[in-house]
Amino acid sequence: MPPNVVLVTGVSRHLGGRVAARLAADPRIERVIGVDTTPPAGDIAELIGRTEFVRADIRNPLIAKVIATAGVDTVVHMSVAAMPIVAGGRSSMKEFNVIGTMQLLAACQKAPSVRKVVVRSTTTVYGSSPRDPALFTEDMEAKGAAHGGFAKDAVEVEGYVRGFSRRRPDVVVTMLRFANFLSGRIDTPLTKYFQLPAVPTILGFDPRLQFLHVQDGLDVLQQASLEDHHGTFNVAGPGVMLLSQAIRRAGRIGIPVPPIAASTLGSVLRSAGAADFSPEQLNFLSYGRVVDTSKIERTFGWQPHYSTVEAFDDFVRGRNLTSVLSPDNVKAAERAVLTRVAGRRSVDA
Amino acid sequence: MPEARIIPINAGDTPPKNSKNARRPRKPVPPDVEPPETLRDMGSFVAGKNGETAGPPEPEPDPPAAEVPVDDDPWEQRIAGALGFLRRRLTGEYEVDEFGFDAELTETVIAAPLRPLYEKWFRVEVSGMEHVPDKGAALIVANHSGTIALDGAITALSLLDHQPARRHLRMLGADMVFSTPFLGELARKSGNTLACQADAERLLSNGELVGVYPEGFKGVGKPYSERYKLQRFGRGGFVASALRTKAPIIPCSIVGAEEIYPMLGNAKLLARLLGMPYFPLTPTFPWLGPLGMIPLPSKWYIEFGEPIDTAPLADRADDPMLVFNVADQVRETIQQTLYRLLMKRKSVFL
Repeated sequence: MPPNVVLVTGVSRHLGGRVAARLAADPRIERVIGVDTTPPAGDIAELIGRTEFVRADIRNPLIAKVIATAGVDTVVHMSVAAMPIVAGGRSSMKEFNVIGTMQLLAACQKAPSVRKVVVRSTTTVYGSSPRDPALFTEDMEAKGAAHGGFAKDAVEVEGYVRGFSRRRPDVVVTMLRFANFLSGRIDTPLTKYFQLPAVPTILGFDPRLQFLHVQDGLDVLQQASLEDHHGTFNVAGPGVMLLSQAIRRAGRIGIPVPPIAASTLGSVLRSAGAADFSPEQLNFLSYGRVVDTSKIERTFGWQPHYSTVEAFDDFVRGRNLTSVLSPDNVKAAERAVLTRVAGRRSVDA
Repeated sequence: MPEARIIPINAGDTPPKNSKNARRPRKPVPPDVEPPETLRDMGSFVAGKNGETAGPPEPEPDPPAAEVPVDDDPWEQRIAGALGFLRRRLTGEYEVDEFGFDAELTETVIAAPLRPLYEKWFRVEVSGMEHVPDKGAALIVANHSGTIALDGAITALSLLDHQPARRHLRMLGADMVFSTPFLGELARKSGNTLACQADAERLLSNGELVGVYPEGFKGVGKPYSERYKLQRFGRGGFVASALRTKAPIIPCSIVGAEEIYPMLGNAKLLARLLGMPYFPLTPTFPWLGPLGMIPLPSKWYIEFGEPIDTAPLADRADDPMLVFNVADQVRETIQQTLYRLLMKRKSVFL
């Protein structure tokens, strides 16, 4: 059953705005209400169409009033931020992610009209360690507790969502654990990383990575808002690629850094705002992370348009990343050598 | 003809005289196969089934080097093959599976230094290869020894080079393997993964040939005086995984690996300082420095035993008594085979 009134949090950010835009384009939905602390900027404001924007902070109990007066029946919680730089420092990011989710869920719990909650989570809740199985399924937990940063926020957010689900068993709760988003436009710590002129890697490690194309991610969010699928789902592009492979496909040069030096270099790069090299990110770059997506394929009938490798290639094309070692140059060099070999042979003959 | 040390390729024309240099393609090729015309063909030919899969946006439709014909000259084919390999590596146009297994890299770069070790140094003799199925899942359970676990790599190579279907052995290793720089990377790329129930059952359900060494570090790091005495077989988790996936268990006995680095002593304090499970003292290591890392040239025998059918027991995977019994049966089979092979062996080095 499609929802009547949808509330989307984090609507001024790229992903939240695009989810709202998709839902607003669906005539079966009566109202789409977008909530954020700042009004959407030009292109997102244009994109979200008939979405009604409410300037509210989800950390404030005021959000309950919005939900109650509008009779919201579906809440799409998109404002869990992965980027400390965007949210204004680590402490305010944590407050926004965790306290914001608590307030929002408290408001949902009080509102009888709410019958569905869709939460954007992340596969970072699984962590990265050498003691993990090659693929995570939804029932697995991180081997070590998350020490901080986005992963810890996401684990705590998921904890509150589970608590909410226990207290309101009548509400359909869909928790979507997304792999790293890639697109030509959205900036994430990882896209910044791959845009560095020389990409630092951890010496002696070549992690397996998984990416999700924004298009496919939006499809899932839209479907989850329209249909009822209770539970937690991993979402990632099929297939995996190695970090070394990704660096070469992007035409970058990898610079292996010894693990001891990596954390120092990481903090230098992080303070320069170049990319995120938190300890969790360093673990990710050492051990990688791959999730099993068979559950969402089964229950949603989900068929992504982009595999992990295709999503990455699309990102590379969108950013125009090129270097001396681009596929074209390498092929040209190969052709030149082969022509020379063939030429010498015909001279010999 | 001089020996070629570049990446061996084979267009299926001349039967290899020396299995070390020229290798069979992954899939049996019908004898009337035309030598590939273009480099593009060449590339996908060498890549075999681990070439690119179909995907919507194929970014480079231009046929590379289509105008350069590659004809029957084996040297030119080799150069073309090596260049194609190099190109795929430089541009990242190869595929790994979800475990990080890179079949092309394993068959060429990783296997290349092991082949002389296998054929010339250890002169491995394999028997019972007919017990290894050509396709479908099976769990190979072997004894573990040698201070440095070369037995795993050598067993995997024996299956890759001498099993008719050229099967890849996907071994399960301790977490320490995967947290060690370079070793972890190499282990993943050659198809191995963490020894845990989830990974074992995923591989077996995918129809892979999985290898386990239930003795673990207890087997590899045991003193020389206890050679060929099988250690305890852990909790028998491998049996439960085989039962749940109905994969046959193939006992595998390896003779020869015990003598490559005879461990006379164990510097426990040093091992604890370095965070290693043991610090071996062999007749040559650490006294001769890096030279002490050269394994002794013992003669190896690998025997694959008769498979144990687990399908009738599939629904009893949660019965610990049955699991222990099957584990004991496997252990006993391997131990008896080891004794038999040792009786047959004339000398450690000949």
